[in-house]
Amino acid sequence: MTLIQLANPSRVLALSERALPWLIAATVLAFVVGGVQAWLAPDDYQQGATVKIMFIHVPAAWLGIFCWLLMSIAALGTLVWRHPLADVAAKAAAPIGAAFTLICLLTGALWGRPMWGAYWVWDARLTSVLVLFLMYLAVIALWRTIEDPTRAARAVAVFTLVGAINIPIIKFSVDWWNTLHQGASVLRLGGSTIHPSILIPLIAMLVAFTLLFLTLHLAAMHNEILRRRLRTMLMMQAAAAR
Amino acid sequence: MGALTPLAALLVRDMQLAVRLGGGAFIGVLFFLMVVTLVPFALGPDLALLARIGSAILWLGALLASLLGLDRLLASDYEDGSLDLILMASTPLELAVAAKALAHWLTTSLPLVVAAPLLGVLLNLDGRASGAVALTLLAGTPALTYIGLIGAALTVALRRGGLLLAVLVLPLNIPVLIFGVAASNAAIVGPLPFGTPFGILCALSLMSVVIGPFAAAIALRQGLD
Repeated sequence: MTLIQLANPSRVLALSERALPWLIAATVLAFVVGGVQAWLAPDDYQQGATVKIMFIHVPAAWLGIFCWLLMSIAALGTLVWRHPLADVAAKAAAPIGAAFTLICLLTGALWGRPMWGAYWVWDARLTSVLVLFLMYLAVIALWRTIEDPTRAARAVAVFTLVGAINIPIIKFSVDWWNTLHQGASVLRLGGSTIHPSILIPLIAMLVAFTLLFLTLHLAAMHNEILRRRLRTMLMMQAAAAR
Repeated sequence: MGALTPLAALLVRDMQLAVRLGGGAFIGVLFFLMVVTLVPFALGPDLALLARIGSAILWLGALLASLLGLDRLLASDYEDGSLDLILMASTPLELAVAAKALAHWLTTSLPLVVAAPLLGVLLNLDGRASGAVALTLLAGTPALTYIGLIGAALTVALRRGGLLLAVLVLPLNIPVLIFGVAASNAAIVGPLPFGTPFGILCALSLMSVVIGPFAAAIALRQGLD
C-alpha cells in the first residue's frame, strides 16, 4: 500500500475498518503485558513504589512529542507533496497529542509533589512541554476557526512547522539548562542508564502507548473522512434546495 | 515616488499609514503606559517589590502592546485589496512582508523602547535598570514583530481573528520574554553575565527576521488563493 494509494479516502476508510479490530486487540494485549510487567517491576531504592508513575509519565511524554513530529511530516505532506489526506492525518492527530501531553504534565505534577515537594516548577523541561501543550491547543483552535478544511489545513501546516522548533528544545532542555527534571537516561550517547528490570517494563508500556496512539489516530482519521463527506453532502443538499 | 525602489516605497507607505491610521503610532505607547500603571494598582505601592519585578512588568507590557498592534500589520491591506496587489507584484513576497514588518517595528515597537525608561520611573527602576530594559527591548522587539508577522499572516482572512492571533503568537514569544527578562535582570543583579541571555535574545531576533517572512509568505500564498 503505497502512499499515493492512500490518497484515496475510500481506500483509507476500508483499510481502517479492516485494521481497527486488530489494532484494538493488539493495544489491549500490549497494555496487559506492559501492565503486568510494570506491576511486577521492583521498587526504586529511593523513591519506592512512586517510581511506577514513570511507566505512564514517560510514554505519554514521548508520544506527545512523537505526535507533533507526525503532524510536522503531515504538514510537509500538505505543503510540499500535496498529499490529499495529509491534512486529515494532522487534524486527527492534534487532540490526541494534546491529551498525551496533558497526561504527561498531570502525572509529572503528581510525581513531583512527593519527590520534589512541588506540583510545578518553572524549569526548562516543564516549561517547554507546557509550551508544547499550548501550541497543541493553538492548533486545535486554528482548525476550528477557519471554516474551509482545506484552507485551515495549510494555515495549520505552516504553524506546525514553525512550532516544530520546540521539539529539540524539549529534548535537549535538560542538557542546556540547569534543571530539576531528570536528565536523559534512555536515549543518550553511551546507552541507557536505567536498570533492565525497570527499562524492560518501560519499553513494554511505550509499545502499548504507541499502539493506543495508532488505534486512536486511525479511528480519528476514519471519523474525519466521514465528517468531511457529511459536510459535502450537506452543502450539496443546501445548494440543490435553492 | 519615482526614484524609490518598490520595496522602499512599500516601507514608506506603511510607515505613513501607521502614523496616520487608528490613533497613530502612539496608541501603542498609550496602551503600554496603561498596562504599566495597572500593575501597581494590583500589587500595591510597595516600591521595593516594584523595583524587583519592574523589568518583567515592562517586558510584559511591551509584549502585550506589540501583540495588540499586530492586527494592523496585514489585515487593513487585506480588507482594501492591497494585499492581493502585493502578492501579484514582481517583488518577492518574502521581501515585501519583511518590509511591512520593518515598518511596523519602526512605528510601533521603537516608541515602546523609547518609552520604557520613562515608564521605569513609575516602577521605581533606577537608571541602570531602565537602560538595561530598553536595550533588551531594542534587541527583542524585532523577534516579537517578526514572529507576530507569522500569526498575522495565518489569521489575515479571519474577521474576528484577534484572540486567535494572540493564541498562535504567544507560545512562540515565550522564549523571547524569558531571555529578555533574564538579560534585564542580569544587568542589574547578576549572577549571570549579561552577555549570555542578551546574545541568545539577539540570536532569536535574527532567526525570526529570517524565518518570519518566509513562513508568512507561505501562509499568505496558501491562505489567499
